[in-house]
Amino acid sequence: MTALVLKDVCKSFGAVDVLRNIDLTVEDGEFVVFVGPSGCGKSTLLRVIAGLEDATSGDVEIAGARVNAVPPAKRGIAMVFQSYALYPHLTVKENMALALKQEGTPRDVIAARVAEATRMLELGPYLDRRPADLSGGQRQRVAIGRAVVRQPKLFLFDEPLSNLDASLRMATRIEIAALHRSLSAAMIYVTHDQTEAMTLADKIVVLRDGRVEQIGSPMELYNNPANRFVAGFLGAPAMNFLDAATLGGPGGATLGIRPEHLRVTDAGRIKGTVAHVENLGGDTNIIVETGAGERVTVRVFGQYPCTVGRSAALDFDDADAFLFDAAGARLVAEPA
Amino acid sequence: MSAARRNPLNSAAAHAALLAYVAIALFPVFVIVINSFKDRRSIFREPLALPDAESFSLIGYQTVLKQGDFFLYFQNSFIVTVASLFFILLFGAMAAFALAEYRFRGNMLMGLYLALGIMIPIRIGTVAILEMMVATNLVNTLWALILVYTAQGLPLAVFILSEFMRQVSDDLKNAGRIDGLSEYTIFLRLVLPLVRPALATVAVFNMIPIWNDLWFPLILAPAEETKTLTLGSQVFIGQFVTDWNAVLSALSMAILPVMGLYVIFSRQLIRGITSGAVK
Repeated sequence: MTALVLKDVCKSFGAVDVLRNIDLTVEDGEFVVFVGPSGCGKSTLLRVIAGLEDATSGDVEIAGARVNAVPPAKRGIAMVFQSYALYPHLTVKENMALALKQEGTPRDVIAARVAEATRMLELGPYLDRRPADLSGGQRQRVAIGRAVVRQPKLFLFDEPLSNLDASLRMATRIEIAALHRSLSAAMIYVTHDQTEAMTLADKIVVLRDGRVEQIGSPMELYNNPANRFVAGFLGAPAMNFLDAATLGGPGGATLGIRPEHLRVTDAGRIKGTVAHVENLGGDTNIIVETGAGERVTVRVFGQYPCTVGRSAALDFDDADAFLFDAAGARLVAEPA
Repeated sequence: MSAARRNPLNSAAAHAALLAYVAIALFPVFVIVINSFKDRRSIFREPLALPDAESFSLIGYQTVLKQGDFFLYFQNSFIVTVASLFFILLFGAMAAFALAEYRFRGNMLMGLYLALGIMIPIRIGTVAILEMMVATNLVNTLWALILVYTAQGLPLAVFILSEFMRQVSDDLKNAGRIDGLSEYTIFLRLVLPLVRPALATVAVFNMIPIWNDLWFPLILAPAEETKTLTLGSQVFIGQFVTDWNAVLSALSMAILPVMGLYVIFSRQLIRGITSGAVK
């Protein structure tokens, strides 16, 4: 069964089109990540799915039923917000129980589900505290617990890790992945962070200006981007884009090459001087400025002694390079 | 913390300025209260002296309390003030929530229209108000005052509260919607507690002018059974003879209830501020 189907969903605020003709299918148990730069409409799309905004046109189906006119509470969804959005006047336990109480769930069922979520998220010591007495990470776990107790058909996450610091973000990311494995419910996750998208998703939806740019598994998008935007958005450091004509390609086209596919050689096709070196320990990013004033990032595995200002030559395998036309579309026929 | 704030000299100067302000603000109240405990002659001979064994007198309070209706005036003032504040806060918060939360045609115009009342004094419309009250048989009832004061307080209340309600996190309200809370529950249980400092501010702003008002009680409800405290105290002020003992005693007592209300609201105000700061 499909968890969610979007058919030709459009949304506009006055004259501004925020979402344009979105079509999407999410299967049961699938982890789908909406990713894109800020202002691309990903959060609005999530709010349309949740029922917090009405679509201007198009259909939203959750678990096979059209829900365009169904209020958020009756859509069988649960949502986790970036700012946690816990009820400040309720304890952790009451925060988690509130939605079930509103639905008229019997008290013993509520107690059992809250206990289960408490165990899963290790919230035991905090049950009687109020949100103000918890740290950011604990609050986000409570927010996730509040979603889990409802046993929804579809989980919606709106940038849930953006307010956490780096180490906590990674820990919580792993927790969410584990949660997805143990619950086997469909999840939709909105983020602008491509690392979260790559590490969590079964399927990534790349959005730009309210349009879907490409849908696919993380590795599909990484290895076979449909256009220059997707190629540049996924991968860190970002893909290098060079004028193809200077490297023997067709005129007017852009050549894209990932930093890890470049190597430093004595006689490479790209010549320049080292402008900056980032030593990360595990690997090294070398930024080379070419004669044409373009900056190229090279990612070298391991530690690499390199001084700023020396000249360097770079080379790559043609098989690793992508060609894009002036409008940003892929030029080469996509390999099967 | 900046060096300027840690410097004890600066801190002492700041406290000196604040203490000076407090002294200036409290001085008239202080003079009223001490003189209300003195006999008539001492009031005029040494207005700034504290009451001593010779000058101490409760004659003013006795006059006021013997005037049988004084407690009724007190009660009237209290009912009018509390009821007006209740309606100002209730309707003001409801209108502010709608303006802050819902997108509808004319939202902006409606907000401007409601804010317009801040700039236009309601007393300009006194004649029309009196005509309306006569037509609806509300003259000489406390309802006349309550309705007028509610109308007078609403513009500023809507303006302040809608600004504060816009600051309440959208995520929180949306979380409530997803959890199945009704819009009324979201308004009453989630949003109102979070704008409590603003509610207290609006209440304090409105309370004093309503309590002290002489204009509308005199015009709309001058009957003996609906007189407010301010209007009732006027009986002691005559064209030729003024019973200063009674006037000062009445004023001293009039301060008490409004001070009690202020303490209640200001505690809310401080609690609101600190809970936000610690978060």
